[in-house]
Amino acid sequence: MAGEKLFKGGEFLVVDALPEEIFTPEDFNKEQQMIAKSAEEFGIGEIAAKSDDLVELNPELVRSLLKKAGDLGFLGADMPEIYGGSELDKVSSSLVTEWISQGITSFAVAYGAHTGIGSLPIALFGTPEQKKKYVPKLASGEMVGAFALTEPGHGTDALTSDTTAVLSEDGKYYTVNGQKQFITNAGFADLFITFAQVDGEKFSSFIVERNWDGISLDEEEKKMGVHGTSTRAVIFQDVKVPVENVLGEVGRGHIVALNTLSIGRYKISPLAVGSAKLLISEGVKYAKGRVQFGRPICEFGLIKHKIAEMVIKTYVNESMVYRSAGLLDMTVEGIDPSSEEAGEKTGEALRKYALECSINKVFGSEMLDYIVDECVQIMGGYGYIQDNLVESAYRDSRINRIWEGTNEINRLLIVDMMMKAAKKGELPLVEAIKKVTGELLSLRPQMGEEKEVLENERRMVSMTKKIGLIAAGAATQKYMEKLAGQQELVALIADIVIQIFAMESVLLRTLKKIQKDGKEKSEIHIAATRVYINDVFPKIDLLARQIFGAISEGEELKTQLMALKKFARYTPINCIDLRREIADSIIPTASYHLTKR
Amino acid sequence: MDIIVCVKRVPMTQEVDLEIDDSGKDIKKDALAYVVNDWDNYAIEESVLLKEKLDGTVTVITVGDEDDEDVLRRALAMGADKAIRIEPGELELDGFLISNILAQVIKGLEYDLVLTGVQADDDNFGMVGIMLAERLGLAHSAVVTGFEAEGSEATINVELEGGLDEVSKIKLPALLSIQTGINEPRYVSIMGIRKAGKKELNVVKVEDIGLSDEELVRQTIIEEYFLPPETEGAEMIEGDPSNIAEAILRILKEKGVSV
Ligand SMILES: Cc1cc2nc3c(=O)[nH]c(=O)nc-3n(C[C@H](O)[C@H](O)[C@H](O)COP(=O)(O)OP(=O)(O)OC[C@H]3O[C@@H](n4cnc5c(N)ncnc54)[C@H](O)[C@@H]3O)c2cc1C
Repeated sequence: MAGEKLFKGGEFLVVDALPEEIFTPEDFNKEQQMIAKSAEEFGIGEIAAKSDDLVELNPELVRSLLKKAGDLGFLGADMPEIYGGSELDKVSSSLVTEWISQGITSFAVAYGAHTGIGSLPIALFGTPEQKKKYVPKLASGEMVGAFALTEPGHGTDALTSDTTAVLSEDGKYYTVNGQKQFITNAGFADLFITFAQVDGEKFSSFIVERNWDGISLDEEEKKMGVHGTSTRAVIFQDVKVPVENVLGEVGRGHIVALNTLSIGRYKISPLAVGSAKLLISEGVKYAKGRVQFGRPICEFGLIKHKIAEMVIKTYVNESMVYRSAGLLDMTVEGIDPSSEEAGEKTGEALRKYALECSINKVFGSEMLDYIVDECVQIMGGYGYIQDNLVESAYRDSRINRIWEGTNEINRLLIVDMMMKAAKKGELPLVEAIKKVTGELLSLRPQMGEEKEVLENERRMVSMTKKIGLIAAGAATQKYMEKLAGQQELVALIADIVIQIFAMESVLLRTLKKIQKDGKEKSEIHIAATRVYINDVFPKIDLLARQIFGAISEGEELKTQLMALKKFARYTPINCIDLRREIADSIIPTASYHLTKR
Repeated sequence: MDIIVCVKRVPMTQEVDLEIDDSGKDIKKDALAYVVNDWDNYAIEESVLLKEKLDGTVTVITVGDEDDEDVLRRALAMGADKAIRIEPGELELDGFLISNILAQVIKGLEYDLVLTGVQADDDNFGMVGIMLAERLGLAHSAVVTGFEAEGSEATINVELEGGLDEVSKIKLPALLSIQTGINEPRYVSIMGIRKAGKKELNVVKVEDIGLSDEELVRQTIIEEYFLPPETEGAEMIEGDPSNIAEAILRILKEKGVSV
């Protein structure tokens, strides 16, 4: 990676990065492009080709497809080579996630649960013996993994447990009792990564093999979507787990859970981008074929609007995903994967970007929900009728806002992590807030003729950061330690933070592309960037008003609103024309075209 | 057995509304995705299968620019050993010239077998294989669906019109144009991609291969592209499959087809 800079987690809030400092899809190297293509080819040839058989749960087929993916090295993407993994960089493994399932959610979910939460904890936190024993089989698909954290009484509140683990008198094994709820892949998994309370208080992680005595499964759940996946309760009754199968340290199960979830959260985002690209194709193809009033509906402005919005949001999300992947790759650089503490160190490095991971999770899941919804709308009544990809995608997508930490909890976490980093001195938030407040008097907002392309947008992103800082600053000042108790406020701040990352990622990506390919070859990228930022910017103003309105009144409120007015000034542009241009550019090919393939 | 496979990178045009560019002599390709020509993919697989069975080497070769190296790397990842890209620079190409260039480069290589695809998905001319065989002085067979080597000979299956299958013997070295379906091309694996990165990919400039300026001239020139004029008389039948089937049946009956 050439000029990219290793920013700290959350640093985007206080530093305006330069285009050349971030990683973008235009920076994919040859190998990364080939990996994407090979995943796509496998997905088209093996997964999409069997989509009819994957609509309902077909455990043998899913297992055989996982095995095939394992033979080609896809399952081991995030696992170390010395244990049979393919040890890809995070950019490549995100590309695999994006391309391999071709919109076939039942495979995507089985694949994601197996490779991510079902395998990674061992690759990261396992002892050398555990790694030797399990990782090669997980990477090849000989064994399928599952992650059993949720319990009937512990959903979001997952870091304590009603499941108990009691050490035997001879100190050789733990006896585990309890029930886990909604476990993906449970029906055909060979291995569960699970969690239980030792001595009542030590939340700990264990590797449990399916064929051990005392493990049973409840019936398959009847779900709203992802019908081709297995979701069952797992019941542990006096299961004897050898002490060798404690994962990580006793009492430190939360480390295993949080790190795994962090990567799981991030991976929702490339998955969403992959699905979005396919759905865009479906939607556009339909809009080209469907004639009403004597014209294909893709010629109507309101349908063009939908098409353009889908493309824009996908482009933005894609920019966020690979910017984050670039950061993750840079941060693990220099860790020797064959060393014993490699897993632990990797986990530690990744933890620093938990904020970015949560942002990706929330944005990706909500972006995809938007797209499935608009795709159904484009198809009208036909979109509501079963047996087409769009109808099932609409139902399938919904789960992404619930698992891997609900979007509510992720929003809360985003602000919590930000504040904690500030407190620990890792993120100079307080200094930045002071600086913005100091600038206020002298700030003379300019908005006018652009001398450089995207100059106004660049300014808007910079102003959004300032708005975010003064709003977060004011809220913290008012509630101090008790801010977390004001969830509605926290979520408003989180929304600004998410948008800062989104807006800046798309802006910098496009600027970097212009540097590389010139303006002419980046026209649609520029249009997408302008529409997105011009659309979101006034919403930031609104979010900030809601924050100030909730925390201040009288003179104080007046002063805050005056400051806000300075930062939030902008002149609207003609987004309608830009959207038409974007839609018109994709209609001929009916295929997402903002990333070179 | 040393095998040379000629490959081409082509735009994916299925389900795409092709637009003609401003020159009127080409289509707009900016927004198209590119892949290895499907027929060539089968040829690559066949060569790798043969190599795995009989030992030897597989060399893949293309005439094209840097982006076209993608299909060479892909072939290397499938198991080919070496790759050559011939950089045409500003040269305007047609099948005639491509076969001329390929022949000139292949002449200098060791081989027992040269494979091409039957045709390329973009222009469907299907002429490079047969012209190349002529220039190399090799026996040629097209639409090959089976290959079994026996010493200096091989038994091949050829697909004929009307679904007939012809079995014949051919002397080696020979040039075969491979038909889709002859095998089941493997997927590119991550291990393969890793290995491909370490394999040899040589770039030769077309001016350095020893052809004179007169020999580097194409023989066909595309004058114009146009979309077929829209005709009247087509009836689009909409509805679910059973309604569509019913409507088709009705029309066939109306037109006097006895069904
Ligand atoms: C199809 C499917 C597959 C799954 N796969 C797995 C799996 O493989 N492994 C696994 O361990 N789990 C799995 N889960 C469980 C999933 O992760 C949980 O459902 C999720 O974490 C939410 O927990 P819950 O359902 O108990 O909801 P609750 O925690 O009861 O949440 C209900 C609502 O309250 C909100 N809420 C909760 N706490 C707070 C708070 N502090 N502040 C504000 N709002 C709050 C939530 O955001 C949500 O809106 C799966 C679930 C489903 C449906």
